[in-house]
Amino acid sequence: MASHAQTLTAADADRFHMTEEHHPENGTLLGFWIYLMSDCLIFAVLFAAYAVLGRNYAAGPSGADLFELPVVAVNTGLLLFSSITYGFAMLSAQAGRKTPTLFWLAITGLFGAGFLTLELTEFAHLIHEGAGPQRSAFLSSFFTLVGTHGLHVTFGIIWLVTLMVQVGQRGLDEAMRRRLMCLSMFWHFLDVIWIGVFSFVYLLGVLK
Amino acid sequence: MSPDLVKFLFGRLTWDAIPFHEPILLATFAVVALGGVAVLGLLTYYKAWGYLWREWLTSVDHKKIGVMYIILAIVMLLRGFADALMMRAQQAIAFGDHAGYLPPHHYDQIFTAHGVIMIFFVAMPLVTGLMNLVVPLQIGARDVAFPFLNNFSFWMTVGGAVTVMLSLFVGEFARTGWLAYPPLSNLAYSPDVGVDYYIWALQVAGVGTTLSGINLIVTIIKMRAPGLSLMKMPVFTWTSLCTNVLIVATFPILTATLALLTADRYLYTNFFTNDFGGNPMMYVNLIWIWGHPEVYILILPAFGVFSEVVSTFCGKRLFGYSSMVYATVVITILSYLVWLHHFFTMGSGASVNSFFGITTMIISIPTGAKIFNWLFTMYRGRIRFETPMLWTVGFMVTFVIGGMTGVLLAVPPADFVLHNSLFLIAHFHNVIIGGVVFGMFAGINYWFPKAFGFRLNSFWGKVSFWCWLVGFWVAFAPLYVLGLMGVTRRLNHFEDPSLQIWFVIAAIGAVIILFGILAFLVQIIVSIRDREALRDVTGDPWGGRTLEWATSSPPPAYNFAFTPVIHQIDAWWDMKQRGYERPTSGFIPIHMPANTGAGVVLAGISTVLGFAMIWHIWWLAALSFVALIGSTIVHTFNFKRDYYIPAEEVVRVEDERTQALRSLA
Repeated sequence: MASHAQTLTAADADRFHMTEEHHPENGTLLGFWIYLMSDCLIFAVLFAAYAVLGRNYAAGPSGADLFELPVVAVNTGLLLFSSITYGFAMLSAQAGRKTPTLFWLAITGLFGAGFLTLELTEFAHLIHEGAGPQRSAFLSSFFTLVGTHGLHVTFGIIWLVTLMVQVGQRGLDEAMRRRLMCLSMFWHFLDVIWIGVFSFVYLLGVLK
Repeated sequence: MSPDLVKFLFGRLTWDAIPFHEPILLATFAVVALGGVAVLGLLTYYKAWGYLWREWLTSVDHKKIGVMYIILAIVMLLRGFADALMMRAQQAIAFGDHAGYLPPHHYDQIFTAHGVIMIFFVAMPLVTGLMNLVVPLQIGARDVAFPFLNNFSFWMTVGGAVTVMLSLFVGEFARTGWLAYPPLSNLAYSPDVGVDYYIWALQVAGVGTTLSGINLIVTIIKMRAPGLSLMKMPVFTWTSLCTNVLIVATFPILTATLALLTADRYLYTNFFTNDFGGNPMMYVNLIWIWGHPEVYILILPAFGVFSEVVSTFCGKRLFGYSSMVYATVVITILSYLVWLHHFFTMGSGASVNSFFGITTMIISIPTGAKIFNWLFTMYRGRIRFETPMLWTVGFMVTFVIGGMTGVLLAVPPADFVLHNSLFLIAHFHNVIIGGVVFGMFAGINYWFPKAFGFRLNSFWGKVSFWCWLVGFWVAFAPLYVLGLMGVTRRLNHFEDPSLQIWFVIAAIGAVIILFGILAFLVQIIVSIRDREALRDVTGDPWGGRTLEWATSSPPPAYNFAFTPVIHQIDAWWDMKQRGYERPTSGFIPIHMPANTGAGVVLAGISTVLGFAMIWHIWWLAALSFVALIGSTIVHTFNFKRDYYIPAEEVVRVEDERTQALRSLA
């Protein structure tokens, strides 16, 4: 931290340049955090759109007619467990243990894939029933919000597989631990978003 | 070939999309094509391709990327301004029985393209380019936090610009106005490719803008030289920080809003439709939640430029540094709370309108504080009226008037009379030309010697300034008058002949501005010709105060041989006052990011993806999407992203400078 911008050491007091190499802090995690906040705004727009349009059924089905809470509960469980297993992967990565890291990452990916499968089944079922995204503004905003989250999970899984290959090749060096940390933030972020979707869309949706 | 196969291969792209029947477009195409062939031919003749690729296109050097942004902006300025001239010409002659020379469907594309190009592909690249060029130098950093991302962001912006330009010759552009309000922009009323060009151009460029925003925030927060605490940062760096915070806080909203419009157009959803529960008004709210902060994204860096220019050319510390910083931050926050003033007339009711009217008026307080700070800096200063200072004084006069018409429009009852009129057009050109454009010209004249090592010719600079200033007022004062008389915007024909004289005057003003642009181009050419006479060896041609003037012009790839240590605001002035001696020995190897072609490749694929989506060429869209993901993954396997500039190389570069400085003395 000696090189941090705000703090000048005593040696700096009367010199105008350093004579040794200056190492600014790595900004990747901060940058990724800011990216997540920008992504959060995209979801904010989708939530806002749902808040405005979520009751515009256009004489079509409502959430109470369509949502099956048990399925959604399982789905939520899968995603929450995947966050825990990602946490285990990070603990192993911090300890520098490669095989357990890969194992827990694989479990996380499987939970994610399970989540996506259930979600796609639900979507297929709705479309089959004639409750597709074109049916009403409510369904447009529902499919877009939930689907965008699902798309993020999909990219998360692609990213996870890529990182597993790279951890396999390089082991857990500093660069890889940083990358795992970024995906960790991304994965937990998606969990937080899902809690919003679960409460705001599904739970409130069936309440009517 | 069977029609099905053709349709599969080319989507809805047919020969009809090429405007053979439009002589204006054909002639434009001929000029662009000939110019393009000439440039490509020259590059090949001088065997410059390798140099261009290695030193510029794949460069991650923030200075080169900054310069490329500004070149892009100048090229697009010519296109955007050609649109402006065409509109002024049409409105000057299309009265009574005379229909003018532009049919409505063409005229509507022109005013849409003019707005989109000027905001997204002129003003934004100018601002981003200057920030890229200057911010790392002002904070004593070697580059930005994410150099590859910086290169990628630039090429995404280029991809968006290319998409807009393509619409000129393949198909057509949107006819909706620059914000593409639905339901007009939705499938029912705009079934052809125009709006799709609009959407994909902005989405491709928007990714670049958001990433460059994140990049510069992290750069400013994490990469400042030792001792450079926040309240010692140059004001330009402060305004850049606030601008980039605004970019990250708003561009995702634009992305999401356009994505919803895309869903309406491609998946037949009902977000903004008139039936099935859609709500077009939501689009108007969302787009302005991005759109209003956007104008502050543009003006804040211009404020930063003026702050640097005023204190340099008055030879004084900036008056009220802290109040300048706080004013910038307050404007940043307030800019998020005023969006509804863009549609007072759309039925939000008196209470909501009052709230947004008042927040809008409050913004003029910090802005006014800034104006007074600049004036007090000039007060009893030794003012040197070099070109950047002229632009600054021109700005102060012009912008204050533009600001006052803005406060006028912020009064909801007044807005009910003036909304959608030429008064509004005059107002926002008043602040965008008088603020952003003047600011960027001040910045270009101010930092050009830093980027290239020689000053810009001041005679042609002054010609350009006076043409712009006079031309602006001749072009837009009549629009204020017409607006007060109730003339609405975006019309391509008028009945009342008594209005014509005002439009003729406005057209003359546009021609005077044209001379301003030409004088600027002449200024650059003449300066390159006379570069030896205009050469600045010191690296500090203006008697600067901030850190970028401490290094050579142009700066070496690594910016500073040793990272500077900062003790005060106006670090370089402090160093000069306290007899700072430039280090001439003890150089060490310098760690630098390596160039990469990945940015060009990824942005190229994204542009192809956009084109395929516009024309419904689904196989190409799928292919390029997969290619995009694939190349991104491949790029993540490249772990060799840096290298060391050996100490001998640093010694060589620094010795050269020592020699040059000695020969000066």
